[in-house]
Amino acid sequence: MLRNPRFWQVARVIIFCLALLPFVFLLQGALLNTLGADPARELALETGRWALRMLLLSLAITPLRELTGLTGLFPLRRMLGLFALFYAVLHFIVYMVFLLALRWSEIGSDILERPYITVGFVALLILAAMGVTSTKAMMRRLGPRWKQLHQLVYMAAMLALLHLLWILRTDLFDAVFYGTILFLLLVYRLVTRLKKRRTRAARRQAV
Amino acid sequence: GIDAAERGGNFWTDEDLTPYRDVVTYNNFYEFGTDKSDPYQNAQSFDVDPWSIEIAGEVDNPGTYDLEDFMKPHQLEERIYRLRCVERWSMVIPWIGFPLADLIKRVGPTSKAKYVAFETLLDPDQMPGQRGRFSVIEWPYREGLRMDEAMNPLSFLAVGLYGNYMPPQNGAPIRLVIPWKYGFKSIKSIVRIHFTETEPATSWNMLQPSEYGFYANVNPEVHHPRWRQDMETRLPRTLFSSGRMETQMFNGYADQVAHLYQGMDLARYY
Repeated sequence: MLRNPRFWQVARVIIFCLALLPFVFLLQGALLNTLGADPARELALETGRWALRMLLLSLAITPLRELTGLTGLFPLRRMLGLFALFYAVLHFIVYMVFLLALRWSEIGSDILERPYITVGFVALLILAAMGVTSTKAMMRRLGPRWKQLHQLVYMAAMLALLHLLWILRTDLFDAVFYGTILFLLLVYRLVTRLKKRRTRAARRQAV
Repeated sequence: GIDAAERGGNFWTDEDLTPYRDVVTYNNFYEFGTDKSDPYQNAQSFDVDPWSIEIAGEVDNPGTYDLEDFMKPHQLEERIYRLRCVERWSMVIPWIGFPLADLIKRVGPTSKAKYVAFETLLDPDQMPGQRGRFSVIEWPYREGLRMDEAMNPLSFLAVGLYGNYMPPQNGAPIRLVIPWKYGFKSIKSIVRIHFTETEPATSWNMLQPSEYGFYANVNPEVHHPRWRQDMETRLPRTLFSSGRMETQMFNGYADQVAHLYQGMDLARYY
């Protein structure tokens, strides 16, 4: 079944709907005004959390595919990456429209005075650049530079984590939890890269 | 409900009250979790009966008092205070309680008593936040005041709000309310009050002294290192009403408390 392309088509639709659910719940909460005493803050926190979760899930696809050999997983990397961008853009809109109430003069000082906002903004720009170039046509057009650009995703994930860490007051659970996941995902890549280099060198020697 | 007398004068404001629902569902009480809705969700079975309070240190009448005996001599009154959180949100809350000064006079501090220190209950079985492995607060939660601050008529021990007994998430059964200081000074669920000669250690100051001082007076001119303090959001707000307003010096209580800090550099003693 896991080798059947039909299975993966259905699975992708289901995962798409699941990834959209947080948005649906937040929208419902906003419309019914059930997000508590400070709905803007709640929206900002939740959209930010979901952006980070989607980004980590997207980064987990490659290891998962390599470890299981299930090629059907492959398109999920792009889909979840785009969901990360989607929630990050919502996060930014909530910040601009509801928290800052479009007081443009303050946006400048906010970014300068509070580096965590700068850091989050850079992560958003990276995700946006990746989103725009995520089509097959762009991949072809950019050639080897596409891979270079998309390797910035690790930078984006680390900046997003820093952005989160910077606003916490005491409870480090979130930072430790997401930080550990990102760390494992990065270690996996480092190890596989070193292995590949070694087998390549070994092959060269054999010739 | 609780019967309470008097209100008016310095102890009253005609600003719109923050609705009861918001007062009891949007809380910082890290013993029950760090999300604003955690205390409401995790504190409902908090058992505060029986409750006793220890009076200790530089005082004529030390001892451990049952809450009922502790409160009996005091006439309860209602006060409406602004509450300004260091996180830049604020509420207006009708409290019921009695002046801290009345208690202090009753227990008779010695001439050596320069400060009053308070502690919250330590009970990890009941308080999930105290079991958290990644929380960096050293429990129990501690707070303190200089003696003249504690004796100020605004300093209040609250046992209820909105005409009812104190909900667990708001600091049942008894908590401090110091309206001219950031909310974290208003320690909840008090079990120990001790009088000391030296400045007592306080939880947020122990955790991050560059961000939270001993005094923690509301001050629009002295910013938190990570955010400004000249504006605040009055809760509740909606998505399209920002609730934004200017923060007042000493949270609007300057007439009653500014004299306590005469000659002090408030940028240094923040």
